[in-house]
Amino acid sequence: MEQTSGNPHIHRDDEASKIGMWLFIFTEMLLFGGLFIVYSIYRYLHPVAFELAADELDVLVGTANTVILLVSSMTIAMSVTAMQKGNKKLTLALLGATLFLALAFLVNKYFEWGSKISYGLYPGSERLHEFGHGDTLFFGLYYFMTGLHALHIIIGVVIISAVMYRVHKEMVHPTKYALLENTGLYWHLVDLIWIFLFPLFYLVT
Amino acid sequence: MSENPTRSIEPSYLKYKGRYGGIFAWIFSTDHKRIGLLYLWSIMTFFIVGAILGLLMKMELISPGKNIMGPQTYNGFFTLHGIIMIFLIVIPGLPAVFGNFFLPIMIGAKDVAFPRLNLTSWWLYMFGALVVLTSQFTGGGPPDTGWTFYAPYSFQTPTNMLPAVTGAFILGFSSILTGLNFIVTIHRMRAPGMGWFKMPLFPWSLYATGWIQLIATPIVGVTLLMIIAERTLNIGFFDPSLGGDPILYQHLFWIYSHPAVYIMILPAMGAISEIIPTFARKTIFGYKAIIASTVAIAFVGYFVWGHHMFTSGMSGVALYTFSILTFLVAIPSAIKVFNWVSTMHKASINLQTPFYWAVSFIFVFMIGGFSGLVLGALATNVHLHDTHFVVAHFHFIVFGGTGFAFLGAMHYWFPKVFGRKYDAGWANIGWLTFFIGFITLYGPMFYLGIAGMPRRYYDYVEVFHGGNIISSFGSIILIAGIAIVITNLVKSAISGEKADQNPWGGITLEWKVPSPPPLENFDEIPHVTRGPYDYS
Repeated sequence: MEQTSGNPHIHRDDEASKIGMWLFIFTEMLLFGGLFIVYSIYRYLHPVAFELAADELDVLVGTANTVILLVSSMTIAMSVTAMQKGNKKLTLALLGATLFLALAFLVNKYFEWGSKISYGLYPGSERLHEFGHGDTLFFGLYYFMTGLHALHIIIGVVIISAVMYRVHKEMVHPTKYALLENTGLYWHLVDLIWIFLFPLFYLVT
Repeated sequence: MSENPTRSIEPSYLKYKGRYGGIFAWIFSTDHKRIGLLYLWSIMTFFIVGAILGLLMKMELISPGKNIMGPQTYNGFFTLHGIIMIFLIVIPGLPAVFGNFFLPIMIGAKDVAFPRLNLTSWWLYMFGALVVLTSQFTGGGPPDTGWTFYAPYSFQTPTNMLPAVTGAFILGFSSILTGLNFIVTIHRMRAPGMGWFKMPLFPWSLYATGWIQLIATPIVGVTLLMIIAERTLNIGFFDPSLGGDPILYQHLFWIYSHPAVYIMILPAMGAISEIIPTFARKTIFGYKAIIASTVAIAFVGYFVWGHHMFTSGMSGVALYTFSILTFLVAIPSAIKVFNWVSTMHKASINLQTPFYWAVSFIFVFMIGGFSGLVLGALATNVHLHDTHFVVAHFHFIVFGGTGFAFLGAMHYWFPKVFGRKYDAGWANIGWLTFFIGFITLYGPMFYLGIAGMPRRYYDYVEVFHGGNIISSFGSIILIAGIAIVITNLVKSAISGEKADQNPWGGITLEWKVPSPPPLENFDEIPHVTRGPYDYS
């Protein structure tokens, strides 16, 4: 770690970094937790509309994205192991694979949203208004929750790129890789949230 | 950790030269002490603005009818006053200023666990404040929803809500990062020998506060994001015309904002628990009971949010449950009051300004607490909801509790922070003026509320005139008190007499380092063998 502004006592404590990351993950889960509460309340109030609206979503694309994220979680976990074994090249390759999968997820998402929007299903649209309250809320939640999740993916892309740079420059190396581990933890969180979003929006009908 | 055991004459944290000079030596410093002072200055500036807004509102209310502002301006004023006071002052308040400065020193560490994250928190705080304040000068005029941003009005009003809500979200993020930092610091960086039950009570209160910041803040964060989505995308979560439920907004908002009250008050209680044993010169009564009550408040505090919504529409069972839980959360607070009073019992008390602030804290906190029970009871709540009684209650708790404790802590730690003594004469005069002004300002509001005067109106009927005259008169005294206190402290910080290392005879670790402390706090990390208040 580089020093900033005359503070000579930035000490290194990998355990502390990891605790900090876990606490951060905890807050992220609560952030989405608020949305899951909203989801469950409106699902309870509009069970039929939620069922019908869920049929509109493309299970194939959802499944593809689930597989993509699960595999990317695996690749980033493997990159940590590769780092522990001191294999820089493999670490970079696995991080690159993770990055590629993250981008693939976003591309899928783009087309999925695009087709919904071209079909007239977006917040405030006429068509949604005709469908009624249940559908409006379902798609409101769909765009808001998957959108917030996609934002986390984008942030993840930025972080993973930064970590790749640092691995390349050997600022992250086999005796100091807390940053890589924490990035892995963050990525698993993003994956985990999707694991809940996928059935709630695509599968439960 | 202690790579330099023998450097005895180090420059103080105020004087050392870092990589940057001038103001950059402060705003880019990762030293927890400088960050604490950054927060102190920012908070003081915002507080002066917020207090002047409050004064102007009291001037408007000095007589019925329009005096100095119309209804829309008044709505804008109480909204901005609330946002500034809550989000910019009392929530960061003691943790950001004294927590940053003293947490590492009191647990025998050189800094917090993540110094750069700590600096980031301050930058986020300033950025959030800036975003909030732009709402005043751009768009459709100052927000007028009150600091609670209640739906559906918050996405229907033509005023400039987006910056206010976005700013509050950023401030929440800053608060989360501070809490996270403190929790990790306390877990990882206590000095050798300092077990959990050898830790002073101020760090303990910061620990409990950190957890509340971490667990409660994300909920309001996402709720504010939903309001943003309502305004920009018309998404419908809280909009009845689209099937949404405005009451759900209130639930989500108070799930955070009630625990936030404990973010404000727990560190205040922690500071009082430091001041009282030092000036009573004896060990604190019921050290473990205070810790247990701190944790109990933090825990039970999550389950009482519904008492803000007794008149909003909830099932009977929910009403009873929230009412009972509200009464329960009063118990640990009462335990602390008994502990403080028992600590003073038969003590030979050293009467100094911080002690005056501490005992007046107990006084106003008790009035605030008891009036809270009046509001927590279902029947009386229906009568008092949204009246001046509520305004009086939360000013007694939030301003009386947190404000008195903040100023008590300010005087208590002043010699340590600046290495100078404050002028004790003026400090006492300031305290007395402040105290009299405070009671005169907020006391009559209890009466006005019971008599039926609603809050958040710029006008009232003639029957409320008497109480409002007294209250507005009190606001002038209070402002005078604030002016005396701040002037005295600022003047003393610049040119006060040099202070000793330990002017009060305190025995927690911050009194074992020089005043002001050197950059790394300790020449050598101390080994703790005795309890924090072991005066024997």
